[in-house]
Amino acid sequence: MKILVVTELRQGKWNNASFETLVAAQQIAKDTSSTVSALVIGKGISAFADELATKNVAEVLRVEHDLLESYTPDGFCIALKQVIESAKPDLVLFPHTYQVRDFAPKLAAMLGKGMIGDCIGVRNESGKLVFVRQMFQGKTAADVTFTGAAPWFASFQSGAFRADLLAAHPSGKAPANSVAVSLSAEQIRTKPLELFKEAKSAVDLTQSPLIVAIGRGIKAPENIPQAEALAKSLGAEIAASRPICDEGWLPMERQIGSSGQTVAPKLYLALGISGAIQHVVGMKGARTIVAINKDSNAPIFEIADYGVVGDIFEIMPALTEALEKAKSA
Amino acid sequence: MNIIVCIKQVPAKDAPLAISGNWIKESDIGFEMNEPDSYALEEALRLKEKHGGEVIALSLGPERVKQTIKEALAKGADRAIHIADDNFAQLDPLGSAKALAAAIQKEKADLVLTGLQSDDHGFGQTGVLLAGLLDRPHATIIMQIEVQDGKMRLKRELEAGWFQWMECPLPAVLSIQSGINKVRYATLKGIMAAKKKEIATITRESLSVSVEPTQKIEKIYVPTKTKKTEFLTGAPKEVAAKLVEKLKFEARVI
Repeated sequence: MKILVVTELRQGKWNNASFETLVAAQQIAKDTSSTVSALVIGKGISAFADELATKNVAEVLRVEHDLLESYTPDGFCIALKQVIESAKPDLVLFPHTYQVRDFAPKLAAMLGKGMIGDCIGVRNESGKLVFVRQMFQGKTAADVTFTGAAPWFASFQSGAFRADLLAAHPSGKAPANSVAVSLSAEQIRTKPLELFKEAKSAVDLTQSPLIVAIGRGIKAPENIPQAEALAKSLGAEIAASRPICDEGWLPMERQIGSSGQTVAPKLYLALGISGAIQHVVGMKGARTIVAINKDSNAPIFEIADYGVVGDIFEIMPALTEALEKAKSA
Repeated sequence: MNIIVCIKQVPAKDAPLAISGNWIKESDIGFEMNEPDSYALEEALRLKEKHGGEVIALSLGPERVKQTIKEALAKGADRAIHIADDNFAQLDPLGSAKALAAAIQKEKADLVLTGLQSDDHGFGQTGVLLAGLLDRPHATIIMQIEVQDGKMRLKRELEAGWFQWMECPLPAVLSIQSGINKVRYATLKGIMAAKKKEIATITRESLSVSVEPTQKIEKIYVPTKTKKTEFLTGAPKEVAAKLVEKLKFEARVI
């Protein structure tokens, strides 16, 4: 089988979810004796193609065109359709980003195919790939398979695979080949204009390795500085579950969960968060989860690696002190 | 401006889900308008109030979806189309989109709106697929719509706190981000007026589109717990010291 991973750049930088999808592809390839090709699309992207070539892939496809400098669904669909028709992959994988949501289902449909989106896992059952995705907002999981002929299209949720497991190329570098696509300005019907941030101090929590998150258990905005002091001693970003941001105690950009950001940090410390599914879908990919909650039945403990049943107002200062002590030791 | 809003009916948020094969037992639970679609409906009503025209609610599903259609009419949609299909829970995203596209093609709509995703299947593909099938430009995760001179200026949400303005000609398909507006309630007057509004029912079969699935949900199940939690006990100071120890030497994350 030939697997093609479509990576994503975000304003001239990698969207790190690309590497998680590359790991998913490498794992499928290992299980099914397949090869992995990695694709990068845009303009002026040779450095990114060179970087991909150092990973364990058979080939890098560089799809460059002046009209691909800014993302448009028309431009990306028309270009990628041509690449898929010539490269003939069996399986095309994407990170499940906002951009991918915006064009990939249409790309698949242009080739008469369907897409299994937002997968959290995949396994090989005697030669047939079974994709796992969530339904009913995470209350259930579903096993999904493709019914028709290849190519098949699937995307993986952020945090479903660990980018740090990405294997390097065994002997130096994979070949990076440029793929020419034909594209004209009239084919692109929408026009992207200026990019902007609404909040002044917007923070990208998806790139934070350490996160301290607060939930309803924090009780009042006056108590937030205690959590912030703890975050500071860890060198972590502060985040919250939806109710805290709805109350305006922390800005919306710090919200983790289905209506906020999805993160997969090294450490996620949940303070007074019960673990409703809407929150859990946004952080369950964290490598280490610590939960501190007074209710021993809180669902957050179901996914926690370390749990403390107790009063966060007693533990927060004690933990801050212990961390400061460990730093100076 | 004539607008079609695609609305799905989904199990109520608090409904206890009893799994049956690759779907749920529908007999004992309540259903409601998919919340993300209610934002799309509200946006359509606001655009109509500003620019005139008509709002058509379009829904695919068994007889029960009429209840959601009536709610849309009560809120202010002018008329509705119901694509009747008892088996619609088994359609894949492309199959549903093909049926919806066939019904949309019979109308003269300037704009087709969908919600971002459904709270049941959560495929999140319908709007983008409709754009492809209808060959219209599209945009998703829309937070603001301004119509001027036959085209739209749109505010699209990106990841990590970023937004982007974009221009999109009409006719087009848009997927609306939840939270774009404050959704209205149906008034008593609206509910009474809805009784006189037209619901055109057509069968999915009569649209003669192939809904041959490209993917199949084999089964659904409650996810199993994969982690074993290690509980740390003791006085706050002890617990804190233990936790720092674990994070430093076991998990090695600090």
